[in-house]
Amino acid sequence: MPIELYRIDDRLIHGQVVVGWGQPLDLQRIILVDDEVAASEWEQELYRMGVPPEMDVHFLDVATAAAQLPALQRDLARSIVLVGSVATMAALVADSGNTVPTINLGGVHHAAGRTQRMRYVFLTDDEEQQLRALASRGVTITAQDVPAARPIPLEQVLDGRGDG
Amino acid sequence: MNDVRARRAVVAGHAQFADGMLSAVRQIVGDAGTLVGVTNSGASGEEIERRLRDALADSGASVIFTDLPAGSCTMAARRLQRADPSLTVVVGANVPAILDFVMGEDAEAGALASRAVDRGRTALVLVQPPTPR
Repeated sequence: MPIELYRIDDRLIHGQVVVGWGQPLDLQRIILVDDEVAASEWEQELYRMGVPPEMDVHFLDVATAAAQLPALQRDLARSIVLVGSVATMAALVADSGNTVPTINLGGVHHAAGRTQRMRYVFLTDDEEQQLRALASRGVTITAQDVPAARPIPLEQVLDGRGDG
Repeated sequence: MNDVRARRAVVAGHAQFADGMLSAVRQIVGDAGTLVGVTNSGASGEEIERRLRDALADSGASVIFTDLPAGSCTMAARRLQRADPSLTVVVGANVPAILDFVMGEDAEAGALASRAVDRGRTALVLVQPPTPR
């Protein structure tokens, strides 16, 4: 499968993504989907500098990513789709016609209105509902910050049993 | 040694990286008082940026050492540097670099950081086994 991972991580490109996942999956491309980053050359340069030269980075807004997703899924480059929020992933799934099979919760950290579900997963009530809605459409959702960790099913995450 | 203000720095990185660096410096030279550690553990990018901003304000430092080019602390440090171009950011810090910084004689933090980068780069070597006689 050319797109190896669909990840929600509010740090976007960082060590866990580039090294932690990038090396074992032998990633060739990061598809960073974020409206704000896609509109800012400075933000793109910031993230590009964190990526090794052999790894390509595409910066797409949600609408463009949704339109291009079927083609990207057919492409042979081993890729990760990376978004910074549950809302962005929900929009990408909806706008692309439910073509996202799995979602990796990689890091949704503490912020106002969120409650802790796991060490690295904090959610608002709205975010919980969005994840439940995605799961009900058949998307397999697990939390897993790094490849060496055990993937935790969404229900365990929401029950607060993910760190157990 | 020069004025202690020039040798103030924030050390930031994954997990206990900063604690380890400060601990090593403390053991080697007896004092890591000019250094402040910041971890990215459990924090979003915004929270890491806030931690760095607070550490800079509390310490009066104008230099940030980080561990990994792609790391979230590096990203946050570069955002702060964009807002304050006088901030010096050193990426890929190691013990020799940080030791050189805290023991340095230059009067200006940027110059200390520049020399520390040279020292840290030079210290990273592949040690070959001794040739059998």
